[in-house]
Amino acid sequence: MSALIECRNLFKTYQMGDTKIRALDGVSLEIESGEYVAVMGASGSGKSTFMNLLGALDRPTAGFLRVDGALLNQLTAEQEAEFRGRSIGFVFQQFNLLPRTSAVENVALPLVYAGVPAAERRKRAMARLEQMGLAERYDHHPSQLSGGQQQRVAIARALVNDPQILLADEPTGALDSKTSADIMALFDSLNRDGITVILVTHEQDVADHAKRQLVFKDGRVVEDRS
Amino acid sequence: MSLLASIRIALIALRVNALRSALAMLGVIIGVASVIVLVSISEGTKRAVEAQIASFGANLLIIRPGSSIFGGRRGGAGSATPLTDGDVLALANEVPGMAGVSGEVSTSATAVFGGVNWSTRISGVNADYFDVRAWVIDEGRAFAPAEESSGRRFVVVGQTIVRELFDGADPVGQTLRIQGQPFEIIGTVAAKGESSWGADQDDIIFMPLATARQRLGAGQRPPTRDPVSVIYADVAAGEDVDRVIADIEDILRVRREILPGAEDDFSVGNLAEFIRARNETENQLGLLLAVGAAIVLLVGGIGIMNIMLVSVTERTREIGLRLAVGARQRDIRNQFLIESIVLCLFGGAMGLAAGIGGTLIYAEIGQLEIAVSPLIVGIAISASVLVGVFFGLYPAQRAARLNPIDALRHE
Ligand SMILES: Nc1ncnc2c1ncn2[C@@H]1O[C@H](COP(=O)(O)OP(=O)(O)OP(=O)(O)O)[C@@H](O)[C@H]1O
Ligand SMILES: [Mg+2]
Repeated sequence: MSALIECRNLFKTYQMGDTKIRALDGVSLEIESGEYVAVMGASGSGKSTFMNLLGALDRPTAGFLRVDGALLNQLTAEQEAEFRGRSIGFVFQQFNLLPRTSAVENVALPLVYAGVPAAERRKRAMARLEQMGLAERYDHHPSQLSGGQQQRVAIARALVNDPQILLADEPTGALDSKTSADIMALFDSLNRDGITVILVTHEQDVADHAKRQLVFKDGRVVEDRS
Repeated sequence: MSLLASIRIALIALRVNALRSALAMLGVIIGVASVIVLVSISEGTKRAVEAQIASFGANLLIIRPGSSIFGGRRGGAGSATPLTDGDVLALANEVPGMAGVSGEVSTSATAVFGGVNWSTRISGVNADYFDVRAWVIDEGRAFAPAEESSGRRFVVVGQTIVRELFDGADPVGQTLRIQGQPFEIIGTVAAKGESSWGADQDDIIFMPLATARQRLGAGQRPPTRDPVSVIYADVAAGEDVDRVIADIEDILRVRREILPGAEDDFSVGNLAEFIRARNETENQLGLLLAVGAAIVLLVGGIGIMNIMLVSVTERTREIGLRLAVGARQRDIRNQFLIESIVLCLFGGAMGLAAGIGGTLIYAEIGQLEIAVSPLIVGIAISASVLVGVFFGLYPAQRAARLNPIDALRHE
């Protein structure tokens, strides 16, 4: 059986006037289903670019990329949307919750686009909030929640579609160390339940939660330790 | 995403920026309101014109000696050879497709009853007259064709006579005096009200044509025998009015011995045509105003587009997030399109209310009978939706084509 994620000679270049920026400069690697991966490296080394390609938020300039059976370098916009809704859960540094929208509705958002009926959406969103320990906060708006609580709502949202892969770009970057630890414990348990977790971080103690660490430098993977 | 969910999102978005949304709607409100006022007024005027035409008799032709009454040709009715009873008879008998023909002579006289004097118009007519001119018998009866030339002193009176001489009581069977002679009232006609030039049409006494001539000397024009001052003809429904006019002209040219190539010395007027033609100019003015209203609506649409572009920019991160969790481009496009339509529908509803209000005020002031028809409500709604779609499409497309990553990174 082939790997869950397989990339070969992945390039992403940005044209800035006369200069070409190689955000990814030939990345080849495989990630198996159920792995727990931390992506590290200096600022500007290409970590976010890599994650965005894995989640079909962006397209590679060149190379081969297959994620969860989908050839991401070949999808139409419509297929990309479907892929993002089905296979991937995103967690962002800035949470990216919809303002003036209750926690439960934020969590249910991916189900809206997956065509799930309203009653079922609510049921599944509530179940995920409960899993995050936020059941009694379901009708709170983001502005009424702490940073850690907001990130847990965002994680609930990422999980509500039962995705194979959780992509988290500096999920603890905006949180204090105590809250970070809570969030990381959450990722650990999700990974134990079988979800493939890939997260970007600058902090070694966060990275130590993962079983495999990728270090990026100038768009290349310079270290891959398990 | 379901339509209902999209509408809910749109409502929330609009409520968040209530004032801004209201200002953006202003153009649509004013545009829809003016469209409604204009359409209502033009509809009301059209209906008033048709009512006026119906009160004359829908297919009424007016035949007069001399120049055209409407065409502005030379000559005067006074100088021309009068039409006669013979012409009336010829038209009635020889022109196919005629529902009725009547001559008329008139004079003014004072009618007396119970010591009250009332100066009024006396009209001597043929029996067909009441049908031809759309007079409805209210009480009693009209005269029969057999009574036309009997010279008997029968009259049918208008409602003003009933009011002034009989205090509104049924006068049928009573006898009033005109120029010292007794006339028996055999019927009354229902009220017609004021004519379009303000004359009281009900201030009138009808009698058989021969009676008016013999007893009151109405319409005498020596040396012509049996002259009539005007002939009214009613074209039967479904007949070709132009063909009937041509037939009338042929017959009268022969009877009046007009040489081929010479001009007619009489005129056949089509009143309904004349009134419609007169209103054509007003309609064109209405059309011009409607174009103005459409331009206001267009400017309103640009306001909507502007506010939608602002909305898309403000919510770029939200768009990015929606794309990241599986929204397709068309989901995003529909969301903003619906928001734009909802915005315009709100504006349209307010414009509708304002337009109906304006129309009612105009109806009150102008004493015009104007109804706001369901058609107008339909126009208002479809115009708003159209503006919403047309001016919302570009911002919505722009939102839908955003790159998810750029959108998510947007500050
Ligand atoms: N849209 C873009 N246009 C031009 N250059 C870009 C764009 N996005 C990223 N880059 C460049 O690509 C390189 C990699 O960026 P990337 O965001 O992947 O870095 P990163 O490893 O995530 O950094 P950080 O730790 O600061 O988040 C950087 O040099 C960055 O300036
Ligand atoms: Mg980054």
